[in-house]
Amino acid sequence: MRELVGRPYHELRPRLGKDFSVAELVEAYLQTLEALEPHVRAYLTVTAEEARQQARALDQRLAAGESLPPLAGMPVALKDNLCTRGVRTTCGSKILESFVPPYDATAVRRLQEAGAVVLGKTNLDEFAMGSSTENSGFFPTRNPWDLDCVPGGSSGGSAAAVAAGEALAALGSDTGGSIRQPASLCGVVGLKPTYGRVSRYGLVAFASSLDQIGPFALDVHDCALVLQAISGHDPQDSTSVDLPVPDFVAALEGGVRGVRVGLPTEFFGEGLQPEVRQAVLDAVRVLEGLGAQVEEVRLPTLEYALPTYYLIACAEASSNLARYDGVAYGYRSPRARDLYTLYSRTRAEGFGPEVKRRIMLGTFALSAGYYEGFYKKAQQVRTLVRRDFDRCFHEVDVLATPTSPVAGFRLGERTADPLQMYLADVYTIPVNLAGLPGISVPCGFAGGLPVGLQLVGRPFDEATLLRVAYAYQQATDWHRRRCPLQMG
Amino acid sequence: MRITPEVVERVARLSRLELTAEEQATFAAQLSSILEYFARLDRLPTEGVEPTSHALRITNVFRPDHVTPSLPVEDVVGMAPQAQEGFVVVPRVLEAEE
Amino acid sequence: MEYETVIGLEIHVQLLTQSKMFCGCSTRFGAPPNTQTCPVCLGLPGSLPVINRRAVELGLRAALVLNCTVQPTSQFHRKNYYYPDLPKNYQISQYQYLEHPPLGTDGHLDVEVDGVRRRVGIRRVHLEEDTGKLVHPEDGTVSWVDYNRSGVPLMEIVTYPDLRSPQEARAFLLKLRQVLQYAEVSTGRMEEGTLRCDANVSLRRPGEPLGIRTEVKNMNSLRSVERALSYEVARQREVLERGGAVVQETRHWDERRGVTFASRSKEEAEDYRYFPEPDLVPVEVTSEWLEEIRRTLPELPDARRDRLMAQYDLSRYDAELLIQTRATADFFEAAVAAHPSPKAIANWILGDLSAYLNEHNLEIDQLRTTPSQLAELVRLVEDGTISGRTAKEVLVEMLQTGEGPRSIVDRRGLVQIADEKALRETVDAVIRDHPEPVKDVQAGKEKAIAFLVGQVMRRTQGRANPALVQRLLRERLGLPTGS
Repeated sequence: MRELVGRPYHELRPRLGKDFSVAELVEAYLQTLEALEPHVRAYLTVTAEEARQQARALDQRLAAGESLPPLAGMPVALKDNLCTRGVRTTCGSKILESFVPPYDATAVRRLQEAGAVVLGKTNLDEFAMGSSTENSGFFPTRNPWDLDCVPGGSSGGSAAAVAAGEALAALGSDTGGSIRQPASLCGVVGLKPTYGRVSRYGLVAFASSLDQIGPFALDVHDCALVLQAISGHDPQDSTSVDLPVPDFVAALEGGVRGVRVGLPTEFFGEGLQPEVRQAVLDAVRVLEGLGAQVEEVRLPTLEYALPTYYLIACAEASSNLARYDGVAYGYRSPRARDLYTLYSRTRAEGFGPEVKRRIMLGTFALSAGYYEGFYKKAQQVRTLVRRDFDRCFHEVDVLATPTSPVAGFRLGERTADPLQMYLADVYTIPVNLAGLPGISVPCGFAGGLPVGLQLVGRPFDEATLLRVAYAYQQATDWHRRRCPLQMG
Repeated sequence: MRITPEVVERVARLSRLELTAEEQATFAAQLSSILEYFARLDRLPTEGVEPTSHALRITNVFRPDHVTPSLPVEDVVGMAPQAQEGFVVVPRVLEAEE
Repeated sequence: MEYETVIGLEIHVQLLTQSKMFCGCSTRFGAPPNTQTCPVCLGLPGSLPVINRRAVELGLRAALVLNCTVQPTSQFHRKNYYYPDLPKNYQISQYQYLEHPPLGTDGHLDVEVDGVRRRVGIRRVHLEEDTGKLVHPEDGTVSWVDYNRSGVPLMEIVTYPDLRSPQEARAFLLKLRQVLQYAEVSTGRMEEGTLRCDANVSLRRPGEPLGIRTEVKNMNSLRSVERALSYEVARQREVLERGGAVVQETRHWDERRGVTFASRSKEEAEDYRYFPEPDLVPVEVTSEWLEEIRRTLPELPDARRDRLMAQYDLSRYDAELLIQTRATADFFEAAVAAHPSPKAIANWILGDLSAYLNEHNLEIDQLRTTPSQLAELVRLVEDGTISGRTAKEVLVEMLQTGEGPRSIVDRRGLVQIADEKALRETVDAVIRDHPEPVKDVQAGKEKAIAFLVGQVMRRTQGRANPALVQRLLRERLGLPTGS
């Protein structure tokens, strides 16, 4: 049944229960997982037995003639900052190494209600802070296309799992690019919805005004299926919008004739790897060939986006992570002598250096005397970044940019200089600041490593993004390439 | 801007992070260079610009005043590193003392 | 040297909601530890708050009855600090200095002490969540945390430093409690913890700017507020008269020793790093919503008093006393609804019932005795079943046991004797046995008749109808009975 692995769900679904059972599909993925994990290390927790049980239950329902929900039998992986009831949720951190939540994240619950089968929890940069998954408190994940290279981050485990055939689809989270950038580096599709499209309830918070949950998939069609299942208003998340969810799958077939595609000049400047630029521009030409109208636009605030993002994200994170204190759950330091050292030693021992750095940066930015100059200033620049995007969307319907300035980098290459690592997200960050939807689709290779094309849309217009991306995939086959590891 | 080890110490205290002297020095240097890079924000004029304190422009999201089931106490106490008789246990919290 | 006392109060009241501020856990008091918690009020990873609409309505009601300006938009902020009773290590509250003002500002409440009327300015009213509770067991090495209280809706009320004496502070708290009870916003009881109060105290010579102030904490009853503030004022006066300077610090009230002492637990001023709460969206109070709240405000004390006077023909004095607490006014009206004798019922409430409550340090709604039971008692007196004197005894037993008056009367055989024939025998016996007083009466000493009445009452265990006894005695003794 290995031939089932690496095929998109929408191709498998018509054959489900006829050519193969759910159990066989899930087993094929579990076997691939077992074979490749020693190399890729995408997972922190594998829930094989539960997966098999769920698969059996679905097969029984099939046999009883029940019509099954839209994602029945889809083997999925969940980033380990998504709460799963009864299943360890570590956020890639020692401070939550044994934490078992008593509840499910809404997005997880919806995915399961749609019939998806969870294979396990994937590795991430600790508390989603990073761009390479090297900040995981446990071990790094490797890029299935080149095991000496990073899979990107912070949702590196989820991206690598899908790329390696260790899951058919996955959920990740994106605060500054943490779905799109690893999707780009691993050659899979990754989408960050508009802020408010998907409930954040149960997503362990990093930066509350920026975080979103989104899907990884082999192609745009599968991506639309997963997005459909998890989207929608949640009364438990005050920041989830009460807007109807369009039929994302029906929206795929529109074609791109007449769609106006904008290329922001600033995204094609210095620091962009030449082969990446080439692959992205080739992709845009394909869109043009399909009838899209391409024009140049300006986003002059791009150069301010990175510091704006980090000040806001770190400030919110410094507050969101204050709860990890050894009191009511999680790790507690054995060296706690009194209340103060309970806190200070638990957190010193439980958190890694990047998390500490960001907490301190954020605390500093909010502290007395600095609030106006740092946090408030950043929130004002954020308004200007949004206005820039608003202006663009008067001229065009989507923006096309590279997802990542480079096709990939080796493990250890950027760990010495935090700023260097931050620059990996320079093209994705502004999209989070503006709360817009963004998708990355594979569009080529550079030095053997995948390159991603990022499309950015208007608020709540995931449908147009999916439509353009789908049209691109109908005309190209980058998304059908599978990493040698999976083939071998 | 220059972040001295003393500033790091104060911020670490506010964040409840125990740092070694070496960490203090390293973080001081790293935070300094990061904040120096961030200083480019000062180049952008922002007088009169509204800060984006909320990502969405919605208001009045409420829940009704209905009681919903709480977690079983075993679940709550089961998560705690130390618990006793239904309470979560921490080192003695010093009251106001003479 | 004349010093003027300057006091400002910072008060937290617990709002009357069923569920917590940001989650659906119950706010019921007295549950076993950690049985009323959920991911939200425990601050578990991934949890998110959602605002309780009723809490906002009650906050707006309070802002209105405190004559505040209600802000059209308000939002929540995070107040960041570390403490074991604060699960997220930040409290969701409302801060006043960042862009958006809190729920209500610049109100007032008028109090009167010893004939001096004072308008106390209210600086702000805002909403926040309560923390959990810490318990400190005897052994001294650990503390215990109960999160049941974490997330309970609170309203913070901060006054301007307009109070001029500890007595005024106490009067203010009483008035505040009354107003909040009438508005059904809070029960406002310090002893139950539904109202907590800290004070800022300073002295100055009249006309001069404000002096250095200290913060006084840990006052757990109205009485201790008055005592603590009196102590602190005296302490500061002594310092100043010695030529010293008051140290700006937080001082704790020690009820047992009757002193405030400087708290050592806070080393430096905490930097709370307030910023707008990103998990919540702003609250917009439209004029329609505010009007609806205004329209549906429960009847407030002054209006209640005026209505009681008009509806039940009560004196202003009596009505004023009856409205002191909402519960008393409610009790009165419920009793009158059961039996329409408002004057008598008022007298019982303000007399015997009140005395009992004072003696036992109880509030009227803590009684087991119900308004209809009191009404029944009054009816039994009015229809002659029992005498007034008997009724007093019956009331005591009612209050002690919660038993109804009729059942007590029947059980103890207290039905008033109004049977003339039976009484005549006793009257005759008394006249026979007390010839001297009889002679006195017949000689014109009317007062002696009281003695004879008393004797009849004694022989009937107080159950004889006194008016009837009077008449029968007078008849027997040949005196005019018209009286």
